[in-house]
Amino acid sequence: MANLNLVQAINLALIQEMEKNPDIVLLGEDIGVNGGVFRVTEGLQKRFGEKRVFDTPLAESGIIGLSIGLAMGGLHPVPEIQFEGFLGPAYDQICSHAARMRSRTRGAFTVPMTIRIPVGGGIHAPELHSDSPEAIYAHTPGLKVVMPSSPYDAKGLLVAALREPDPVLFFEPKRIYRAFREEVPEDEYTLPLGKARTVCEGTDLTIVSWGASVIQCMQAIEKAGQEGGSSIELIDLRTIYPFDMDAVAASVKKTGRCVVVHEAPLTCGFGSEIAARIMERCFLELEAPVQRVAGFDTTMPYYKLELDYLPDAHRVARAIHDCLAY
Amino acid sequence: MPITTAYEAKIEKVSILDEQGNFDEKLGAPGGKPIIPDADLVRLYEAMVSCRQLDQVAFRLQRSGRMGTYPQNMGQEATSLGAAYVLRKDDWMVTCYRENCGLFWRGVPKEAILLHWMGDERGNAMPKPHWVTPIYVPLGTQMLHAAGLTMAARYRGEDRIACTFFGDGASSEGDFHEACNFASNLKIPVVFVCQNNFWAISTPSKINSAAPTFAQRGLSYGMPCMQCDGNDLFATVHTMRKSVEYARSTGLPCFVEMVTYRLGDHTTADDATRYRDKAEVDAWKARDPIIRLRSHMMARKLWDDAKEAALAVRVEQDNADAVARAEGIAAPARSDFFDSMYADVPHDVIVQRDTMQTHSLGQDPSQLPPEAQARAAQLAAEAAAHAHH
Repeated sequence: MANLNLVQAINLALIQEMEKNPDIVLLGEDIGVNGGVFRVTEGLQKRFGEKRVFDTPLAESGIIGLSIGLAMGGLHPVPEIQFEGFLGPAYDQICSHAARMRSRTRGAFTVPMTIRIPVGGGIHAPELHSDSPEAIYAHTPGLKVVMPSSPYDAKGLLVAALREPDPVLFFEPKRIYRAFREEVPEDEYTLPLGKARTVCEGTDLTIVSWGASVIQCMQAIEKAGQEGGSSIELIDLRTIYPFDMDAVAASVKKTGRCVVVHEAPLTCGFGSEIAARIMERCFLELEAPVQRVAGFDTTMPYYKLELDYLPDAHRVARAIHDCLAY
Repeated sequence: MPITTAYEAKIEKVSILDEQGNFDEKLGAPGGKPIIPDADLVRLYEAMVSCRQLDQVAFRLQRSGRMGTYPQNMGQEATSLGAAYVLRKDDWMVTCYRENCGLFWRGVPKEAILLHWMGDERGNAMPKPHWVTPIYVPLGTQMLHAAGLTMAARYRGEDRIACTFFGDGASSEGDFHEACNFASNLKIPVVFVCQNNFWAISTPSKINSAAPTFAQRGLSYGMPCMQCDGNDLFATVHTMRKSVEYARSTGLPCFVEMVTYRLGDHTTADDATRYRDKAEVDAWKARDPIIRLRSHMMARKLWDDAKEAALAVRVEQDNADAVARAEGIAAPARSDFFDSMYADVPHDVIVQRDTMQTHSLGQDPSQLPPEAQARAAQLAAEAAAHAHH
């Protein structure tokens, strides 16, 4: 066991899987000597050599396109896109090729690839360094989309992603890269993709969230507990696609109430899908309409106002209150 | 300081068998030894004729409603064939959609290409031994994959290289430039082949590049660049030999422009008479790679009218057989498109597949009112009975 932050947990996962699997190669902008702008790949080039950890020209479509070829050729590339705001140029390669290759060739070619992407707001970054585009990729059949909310989860989920035979977008919430530490086993473990985690159990209301927002939800639950003693269950989705609707439905059938929380904009955010699925699977058990706490349908503001945009414990608490009022 | 020359380049243009039938002995048969042995030349010619005939068959299939939109290869047979002839069998050939002749030479079954254009993904399930990638429809994206495939081979210590094909239009795409830059800087031996056929649908090549050649696009990435007459099989073979040898021996990429012409429409959905002159097309018909090679072979007594007639019969039968195989394949199951989405198809998708004929998408039967439950059960029974039949 070691007490690690999220950056260190990911670094450890990469080291351990690279030692086990010689087909894993890391590529991206500034990931070699510099260890990545967030230092997630710190020391890896020195440890594994320039053949396995290499810097590329500054071109995101090129990074993903090259990685697709590497994956079709039998390796498991781990490209890093420096910030989620730079995914745009790579969209075509991800959605037109990585996502479709298995299907369009009926399995003759596959793209085992783990794209690592720092995501989300809250670190006073410049523009296009704070967005949450996970729903765009969850909407694209053929991809898997993961977003951990803790160092322990990050290690287990990343190891699972690195063993996936299909492309995974692994979003790393930069707001909690170094926000806290927790015990992370040195020993090998995986957390299966597509399985949610019940962070805390409760009987009155279910919160569904993922990524850095999970931390805001925990604060809100603590606040609600102090004020009225409501019993709230928190589900961390961990994987956005495929998502663990069984866990969500079981919880909502039990509590009858649900609040979904995420940083991404409200309209067509993944909360929309969760709310629709709850309607399909839990309609007869619902006591209240599903509430959503999300980013607004605006451009993510520059950092002076980013905390007004991002869901916080206060907004989550208000949604809990509203949902319980029915 | 005086002004000096920072960089200077020249681009060679290779022509061996020109449209008047002149044959450059020095390049085409150095030391009296033809760069393409006679027996091979006959086979290559037959491959071009066969590809051309299939093009005509495919056109008729589309016009009679038996196939969807199809891009004819007519006039460009010598480009990809020259490459396929030179490449080692286990080099990657990463193409666009007008390289049938080269793909067939490598052993890709004709019915695979037909199936693709008949709207059936099984046409893309190309067996690995052919070392080809499936047809790429969006322009310019495949060159990056060629670089990755080659890098993966090099990572394993294999000396496999890749040859990737794209058009003059695709060379305007950002991914093309990223692929050249990546291959050059990361030292990946890819032969980039630009098939300049002068037209990207209705966009003339001059709108895609104001430079005198497409070959010089490679210069800015530090690659050796050559241009050749793409309608001259000897020239494409010569140029590819030089390029493949360079890539394999140095581990670095290089660039080839093959100047050819799209004799047909862009696809069967296009009408090229809207945007180009008949005179231009007629001029290029006179430079047809097949006619040129036939005249050369006849002059050298390698070919005659009787052989031509026999070939026509053989080709017609071969291609009719390929069409029969493509049309004869059993229809895919209606659920086929669900099953190849992932190695482990998510449960949610399986539910969508299994209830596609009986339920609203995502509808949980436990939430249905009794009347709707009864209807769903009836639909399920009907679907089961249908499957049984």
